[in-house]
Amino acid sequence: MERDTHFILGVYDDEDVLLHAVEKVRGSGVKIHEVYSPYPVHGLEHVLGYKRSKLPIAAFLFGMLGTSLALTMQFYMMKFDWPMIIGGKDHAAFPDFIPVSFEMTVLLAAFGMVGVFLITSNLKPWAQPRIFDLRSTDDKHILAIDLANNSSMKLEKIKEILTDSGATEVNKKSFD
Amino acid sequence: MQVTSSVRQPLVTGGKTYHDVTHDVSRQVEGKPTKLWFMAFLTAVGVLALGSTALLATLWEGIGMWGLNKTVGWAWDITNFVWWVGIGHAGTLISAVLLLFRQKWRTSINRAAEAMTIFAVICAAMFPVIHMGRPWLGAYWALPLPNTYGSLWVNFNSPLLWDVFAISTYFSVSLVFWYIGLIPDFATIRDRATGLRKIIYGALSFGWDGAAKTWMRYESVSLILAGLATPLVLSVHTIVSFDFATSVIPGWHTTIFPPYFVAGAIFSGFAMVLTLMIITRKVFKLEDYITLGHIELMNIVIIITGSIVGIAYITEFFIAWYSGVEAEQYAFINRATGPYWWAYWSMMTCNVISPQLFWFKKIRTSIVATFILSLVVNIGMWFERFVIIVTSLHRDYLPSSWAMFYPSWADVGVYLFTFGLFFTLFFLFAKFFPVINMAEVKSVLKSSSEKAHK
Repeated sequence: MERDTHFILGVYDDEDVLLHAVEKVRGSGVKIHEVYSPYPVHGLEHVLGYKRSKLPIAAFLFGMLGTSLALTMQFYMMKFDWPMIIGGKDHAAFPDFIPVSFEMTVLLAAFGMVGVFLITSNLKPWAQPRIFDLRSTDDKHILAIDLANNSSMKLEKIKEILTDSGATEVNKKSFD
Repeated sequence: MQVTSSVRQPLVTGGKTYHDVTHDVSRQVEGKPTKLWFMAFLTAVGVLALGSTALLATLWEGIGMWGLNKTVGWAWDITNFVWWVGIGHAGTLISAVLLLFRQKWRTSINRAAEAMTIFAVICAAMFPVIHMGRPWLGAYWALPLPNTYGSLWVNFNSPLLWDVFAISTYFSVSLVFWYIGLIPDFATIRDRATGLRKIIYGALSFGWDGAAKTWMRYESVSLILAGLATPLVLSVHTIVSFDFATSVIPGWHTTIFPPYFVAGAIFSGFAMVLTLMIITRKVFKLEDYITLGHIELMNIVIIITGSIVGIAYITEFFIAWYSGVEAEQYAFINRATGPYWWAYWSMMTCNVISPQLFWFKKIRTSIVATFILSLVVNIGMWFERFVIIVTSLHRDYLPSSWAMFYPSWADVGVYLFTFGLFFTLFFLFAKFFPVINMAEVKSVLKSSSEKAHK
């Protein structure tokens, strides 16, 4: 195996060919580093064997936090800290507190979930991504194989598997 | 790449490949601005500058600059506020509600519609802020910060405070939703660029690399944001309508307001999307992406919501009579036949009668007719808010305080200012941001045909 090559890339034109290719490549025992696509390909996470994202749980927890914060704030301010008679209503006028509680639930759920998404996916303005192929944000799907994780396989064998699976190009890529 | 189905209308016409999508949308970001764009942009900035004189005068002198009087204490300011917020409903409706309903045609228009939403909400928020008179103290009146300018805390029993929370949540969640969608497209532009543009769009793209795992999370985030934004978008105009509905003013004190306002908001929002999209597709040559099919579907939404609004107008009249409350009955008779009859009948013509023309296929598939009717609808929706607000106030309980409202130059100027602001922001967006969601259009390019599923 060549020492200076780190990654082997299969380039695919079509999402359906890609899905079958991922199954074939994994079936033949090659470990896939990652697949890069210009748009979300449905079913790709299944064939790659990724677990479902836990982001919905994060959103739910942040939403709960929003509701509790909003209710606590309103009851504290209106009932305990500075009670005032407004329109002859009860200080703790629960129905009046629903709109603000709803809005704060949505606000915290959305911001919390997006925050978790950005952190776990390492998305930030100063991030320097490793771009395997510039066309992966245009019209090509790039299947990247890390040779370090596939030391038992011969380079030529991996190339053959990729070509057989429908890759239009097979390229090498190294990062310094 | 694109397979044309013999059964279904393609969402994108012209047999585009994935690369064509990238090229057609990125082209206008990368190219030099055209003369037409410069002219349009400078006009918008001119209107902004002209209007800012009125805004500065209002801030300097106070809201006494406006035509308000003791009887009509709310007029153009809140009319414009509700009008802009209403317009700001289409974007999130298109991107969130249509996502949940799996309406794939939304992919070509959601980016620009969301941008429009954000800019419209900024314009809307201007009015309550200016109306505070001393906006630099606004945080004490609007946010729960303890202070001695009034009571210690803000009043959570007040619908005006609910509005503060609703509008600010709506604005920030829409902004986040919009930006998350922009990240992959900024990465596309980054990967085509060199030099300074690569650095700027590189930072804007947050280091996006299109990994399958990130796309999986992205899809999850989009779906949940859509699920959160759907009740949010309905709640915002509901809460705006509470500003009126929870009062005891005849003409405002109606339980029909929330659904009626939401329908009206979608109605005016779609009209504004059509106005902007018809211009954008022409100027940027995007006719293959924003097709006649898109325009027709949006026109159908306009017929539906316009008819709901029409039924609401008639129901209000019926209930006023049926309630047996004299003050309520008078308020409505006065609307239709009183000194503001012309505003009422402009509203009825523009909102109830004119959208019915879209029942004719010839009219709803005509770009010229759609463009004119989209303007008519927005004029009508402005009159709707004016009618609800001013006609309900100008005949007070005491005939001695009956009055009319006449707008001052500052009223007109501040309204102009928001127009200038809206179009300045929209033209900047149209030039520097991808106006069509490339990644989402690519994802429906193939599946919109039947042959793809072999």
